[in-house]
Amino acid sequence: MIIVNGHKHKISEALLDKPLSQWLREDLFLTGVKIGCEIGVCGSCTVLVDNQARRSCKMLVKDAVGHEIITIEGLSQQDGTLHPLQQAFVDAGAIQCGFCTPGMVLSALALLMQNHHPTRSEIRQALKGNLCRCTGYQQIVDAVELAARIMYPETK
Amino acid sequence: MKPAFRNDALAKVSGTAKYTDDYTMPQMLHAVPLHAQTASARIESIDCSLALQSPGVVRIILAEDIPGQIKFGQIIKDYPTLVHKRICSTGDVLALIVAESRAQALAALPLVKVQLEKLPPIFDPEQAMNPNAELINPEYGSNLCNYHRVRTGDILKGEEDADLIIEQHFSTSRIEHAYLEPEAALAHLRPDGVIQVIGSMQHPFSTRRFVASTLGFELGDVEVRTVPIGGAFGGKDDTAALVCARAALCAYLLRRPVKLTYSREMSLRESYKRHPYQMQYRMGVKRDGLITFVKVRMVADGGAYCSVTPWVTWRSTVQCCGCYAVPNVHCDVYGVYTNNVFSGAFRGFGSPQVNFAVEQLVEIAAQKLGLDEIDFRRQNMVKQGSTTVTNQVLDTHKVSLKEVMDRVLQEIDYEKKREKCSFGDPTQKKWYGIGLAISYRGMSLGAEGVDFNSAIINVQPDGSVLLETGVHENGQGSESAMILIASQELGLPVQRIRYRMPSTSNIPDGGTTVASRGTLLGGGATVNAARILKSILAETLLKEYELAAERFADGQILTKDGQIICTWEAAIALCYSKQVYPYAFGVFQAPRVSWDEETGHGDAYFTWVYGCQAVELEVDPKTLKVTLLNMVAAHDVGKAINPAMVKGQFYGGLAMGAGYGLFEEVPLEDGGVIPTNLHQYRLMRATDLPEMTAIIVENPDPTSPSKAKGIGEPTLEITAPAIANAIYRATGKRYVDQPLKLRP
Repeated sequence: MIIVNGHKHKISEALLDKPLSQWLREDLFLTGVKIGCEIGVCGSCTVLVDNQARRSCKMLVKDAVGHEIITIEGLSQQDGTLHPLQQAFVDAGAIQCGFCTPGMVLSALALLMQNHHPTRSEIRQALKGNLCRCTGYQQIVDAVELAARIMYPETK
Repeated sequence: MKPAFRNDALAKVSGTAKYTDDYTMPQMLHAVPLHAQTASARIESIDCSLALQSPGVVRIILAEDIPGQIKFGQIIKDYPTLVHKRICSTGDVLALIVAESRAQALAALPLVKVQLEKLPPIFDPEQAMNPNAELINPEYGSNLCNYHRVRTGDILKGEEDADLIIEQHFSTSRIEHAYLEPEAALAHLRPDGVIQVIGSMQHPFSTRRFVASTLGFELGDVEVRTVPIGGAFGGKDDTAALVCARAALCAYLLRRPVKLTYSREMSLRESYKRHPYQMQYRMGVKRDGLITFVKVRMVADGGAYCSVTPWVTWRSTVQCCGCYAVPNVHCDVYGVYTNNVFSGAFRGFGSPQVNFAVEQLVEIAAQKLGLDEIDFRRQNMVKQGSTTVTNQVLDTHKVSLKEVMDRVLQEIDYEKKREKCSFGDPTQKKWYGIGLAISYRGMSLGAEGVDFNSAIINVQPDGSVLLETGVHENGQGSESAMILIASQELGLPVQRIRYRMPSTSNIPDGGTTVASRGTLLGGGATVNAARILKSILAETLLKEYELAAERFADGQILTKDGQIICTWEAAIALCYSKQVYPYAFGVFQAPRVSWDEETGHGDAYFTWVYGCQAVELEVDPKTLKVTLLNMVAAHDVGKAINPAMVKGQFYGGLAMGAGYGLFEEVPLEDGGVIPTNLHQYRLMRATDLPEMTAIIVENPDPTSPSKAKGIGEPTLEITAPAIANAIYRATGKRYVDQPLKLRP
């Protein structure tokens, strides 16, 4: 059993050795999981496994059995309302070609769940595993800062 | 600052945006390429019998199966869809294996048996230029792909006038675009006989020509549609177009949809890189700092195929002296065929190489003369009304080079920080350095090509607007920029304007979305279409209300003195009721440019942009590791249509330019790319970069209907020399080869 975006999936024997990224894309049609290198260095295929950012191309389906996965498709609400972090990416101008965006958002979310008020340098450290060739990361770091202020306003 | 606007942001941030590989079709097959892996050989035989027995394999397609032309190209038709007999590069594709699944196609790859007779390759451009060298492309008849030159003033007089002459050699390397999405294409033959293609490419019209040539089709029988693409940076031109042509070839021959998705390994092996340059500069200066002459010889390694080498090297020729007005110039630029992986378009397009040299050369000269490097630049830089080295007078727009430089100097506090530089002081624990670089850049294609673009504004009966232009969305936000321009012109909120999914069958060929020309050309066409549309509405309203519509604002149409005539919706409804279509086709034809190949003189570009970037950094004296501390950039964009996205171009260009300066290079072995994946090709990560400051300078351009110019390329063409200059002030050592590898 694997829970993906809140839905339970029974896993057949034949699927166990399939890369997790391929299973998510090809069997569940969750194509927000992007493939950039397939060796775990670009971060485009990042998903959350039990709220930890993981590269799904480096995992097999069997590694995910018994765990809960969130992909980019699982972040927005049923009515399409964006998660505040997603909205911050839009507002801060953090999106260009968009290919790194799903992985970038999920890595940032994993950080914010652990650290509600990261410094810019902590944000950079958390996004180190996610390559972006368009933005120079500046507005992505802006977006994560903005999201932190919106998601966790009261504490400091 | 205005909030960021992007029409595609919602889809991209929620994971619903569909890139090529995200699409599937019923009955779809998968193709994979078989690469040559050797740089020079003759094919004796290709035996597919074993591979054909592999599970799921449907067909293996070879060059002889191609119904149209085997080779195509934008300038010289030398680039094979599939290799026929003669291998010229390790990236050549010998066969396409088509199977029911991608895994099955990949599994059959090693089963294809190829017999080769290896031939002696040529990897050194100087050796290739030897008249007795074997020809890489015998049909072309020379290994010299192209030659450009500039002859201005009297070089002997320049030599005589000089008090000091500096000779310096510079080199730059081959680098990889590393767009995050590798090439992909999906093609199918429609029931109406049209072959339809989507793909991760940046030039739908160029792609259409590649597909049509390969299949022997007319252009109208090929439709290339646009889907989101994961970056391009100039790199999704020839190779990406050919990937589309190969998918189309398979789909046509098999009468089933075919998807061809490249792995990163395939992409790195086959796709073209930035041209590596060897540049020998000789510059003369007077004691007071005036440059008297520049003599330069540049050799660009074009690799096995022409691609756009003649155009890339032409820009290097026009901008051979950087942004300086030099009276006597003697410039020779050679684009050369070799058996290396080929070179092509890459953001910057021949300027990063030249600026890397010139922006260091001026500092070397100033230092030798004991002059301030900023004063030296101020003295020699182009100013309002200056004549460029190609005899173009800069008087059609505001020449803002001094303005952008002053803005950066002030923002980063250059004069004060320069005093702190270490120059390799052995007593210091960290070496500090600051450096800058400046440039001008000719906008759009210039005399490389015919330069025009079009836009269609089609207003629906309810007042909603469909917009399209001949510009392609590569991720930079071009669609959003066009929507914002239309919104401004028509006085409508952006929500009422939908950018129509572009197709080569909808809108005339607007040329390629390159050369920082999207906003300039497509934006110009959008303004012109909006003006035509407004005149159609005004004519209809005049007949009905006898009032002259002059202003379109906030969804209202008003007279000159502010009297409301009617709402936008009422005007559109009126048009439809009077048998008038609120539909406009607008064209922007770039102003005239000129070029004389003999002298290297002409009005090379119709307008220019100006930029300055400065970098602060630290060098560890023990490890020689460079840490970037700060980067500031100022660029004159004419007018910022979407300021957040303009800044995104600044930051992205700075990051890419810094990577170019510090560590990017694609090493080759026997002509083939050594890095097999991104673990062996270092790209800038979030932790490698400092905070950056983007200063948008706006001097509206009179030659541009939207007043905007381009920004994609200027932002990365001077970062590397700014870093080199900062490293010099940190270490006291001058590094003249890119990437800048510090040595003890």
